[in-house]
Amino acid sequence: MSSGTLARRRAGGRHKKRRGRPAGLWADAWHDLRRRPMFVASVILIGVLLLMAAWPSLFTSIDPFDARTCELRLARQTPTPGHPFGRDNQGCDLFARTVYGARNSIVIGMLTTLATAVIGGLLGLLAAFHSRWADAVLSRVTEIFFAIPAILGALLIASTFRDSEVDSILLVVFALTILGWPMAFRIMRAAVITAMSQDFVTAARALGAGPWRIMTRHLLPNALAPVIVISTINLGGFIAAEAALSFLGVGVRSPDISWGLMIAEARDRFQYAPLPLVFPALFLSVTVLAFIMLGDAVRDALDPKLR
Amino acid sequence: MRTATETPLLAVDDLHVEFRTRAGVVKAVNGVSYSLNAGETLAVLGESGSGKSVTAQAVMGILDTPPAAVTGGQIRFKGTDLLQLSEEARTRIRGEGIAMIFQDALSALNPVFTVGWQISEMFRVHRGMSKRDAMKKAVELMDRVRIPAARERVNDYPHQFSGGMRQRIMIAMAIALDPELLIADEPTTALDVTVQAQIMELLAELRRESGMALILITHDLGVVADVADRIAVMYGGRIVEHAPVHDLYRSPAHPYTRGLLESIPRVDLKGRELHAIAGMPPSPLDLPGGCAFHPRCPYRRAACASDVPPLYQVGWTRGSACHYWREVLDAGRR
Repeated sequence: MSSGTLARRRAGGRHKKRRGRPAGLWADAWHDLRRRPMFVASVILIGVLLLMAAWPSLFTSIDPFDARTCELRLARQTPTPGHPFGRDNQGCDLFARTVYGARNSIVIGMLTTLATAVIGGLLGLLAAFHSRWADAVLSRVTEIFFAIPAILGALLIASTFRDSEVDSILLVVFALTILGWPMAFRIMRAAVITAMSQDFVTAARALGAGPWRIMTRHLLPNALAPVIVISTINLGGFIAAEAALSFLGVGVRSPDISWGLMIAEARDRFQYAPLPLVFPALFLSVTVLAFIMLGDAVRDALDPKLR
Repeated sequence: MRTATETPLLAVDDLHVEFRTRAGVVKAVNGVSYSLNAGETLAVLGESGSGKSVTAQAVMGILDTPPAAVTGGQIRFKGTDLLQLSEEARTRIRGEGIAMIFQDALSALNPVFTVGWQISEMFRVHRGMSKRDAMKKAVELMDRVRIPAARERVNDYPHQFSGGMRQRIMIAMAIALDPELLIADEPTTALDVTVQAQIMELLAELRRESGMALILITHDLGVVADVADRIAVMYGGRIVEHAPVHDLYRSPAHPYTRGLLESIPRVDLKGRELHAIAGMPPSPLDLPGGCAFHPRCPYRRAACASDVPPLYQVGWTRGSACHYWREVLDAGRR
């Protein structure tokens, strides 16, 4: 810390004003993030996508679930006024379907991220903090999961439970969570182990903090940042994985709309009608890219060592 | 002075601590004994690896076990052997009965919470106070450890304070619950010389006000002279000499202490070569047999390599773990 900032801070203190420079890891990170073009761009993109997922009717007046909006004789029509992306193989409005497809991608991506972060995070915290025994067992279990090729594993899980009554969206979330939590587990475990060797944990113990307090007040807040970073980056990956599963026919099922499903339906006629494949693919790529960019920006802000 | 009937506040008796590492068993503490009465200040002096911090951590019960293991001895706090207590009972004593401060106050404070939050946590957790009352107490404590503009700085984060101020915050947390014993593990090592003096002065002042006992762990003879009542000098996991502070400075009774005193730079001897103790401190992995200091000792005889010297009684108030303490003492008086 330079003496200049110190002097300024002292001066600020004397004037009884809220100092301009924010303090603390999160406040510093926010201060830093606001100045990054990559962060701003990804936040705007994600904002639009979230809006699209929550209120698709803001973007299009056509309801793609209404069969009357489709006209089979106009199938694969190129863009016309009122149908900016043209029509798909069934003659339905491609723009409306692409917009409505955002919801499943975003919902599945977020639910999976939340589930993996919570499950992996809690288990990681326990493994690192609780006992060597728990750590050894959980670490071996995650290694087994790491050995499973992700798409193949998710394909297997999704196709096994495909005929059950489970909602197809929840099934995708379930399959991806089963294969995704070990990543959050590892990151959390490593972060907690690092935090545990810090002096402030010893100091807290020396001043009478019990294990619960150490875990919740000292380890968790200090180990959270890397888990948040990896989760943000993974969110894009989960959205891509959902598309892959839907493409392979074990993910989201018609009549639900998913970009992966749309790509699958359009691929046979791609050579003479590319647009029904191009638009959902474009939206998918931009969404995944936006989340990965956001994750990168957050990582740079939260991990000063990489700066 | 001490009387035999009085139960000391803290009595460490023949403490042994080992670290089981891949490289072998490290005997960090080999039969350390000392006792401390209420309100007394004991300085524990030694270089790194002498076992002074490990002893303190064993007293606090914050050694990482494994790899560390207390393999023998007793630590009696107000008559109760802490080593026999359950972890819950020890947690209750930490902070309330015995508190500790550390060398590097920046890393000893949680970076994600404000200092006010961290100080007030002591009152919320241990005293069940409301947030508002606890915060008030935190400001009072910050005043007490002389942090300027405490009320305005209570919501600042640790990294916004200077080194000396951080150590004051650490001290505020440690004295929050009025412990009867405060262990300060090299509290001034990371600080500027001028700030060192201020922190030592603050500790001495707080001790006078509250009547708590103080154990000062340091490798710096100069730091403790004004504050400590007694000094215990450690080497190779043992106490090699203990004495009232002025006796020790005037006439050391162990060659190691003598070497330490002679290696303090002095203005009146400017230009002369600085005295240094010959050789290197022993590796705790492989302590020399007999007296651990014998390979570096100018007084060594054949017996030193084979016979471990007990702590010989020197007069009424002192002890020296040197077979030839009389010689050392006489040499110092000359």
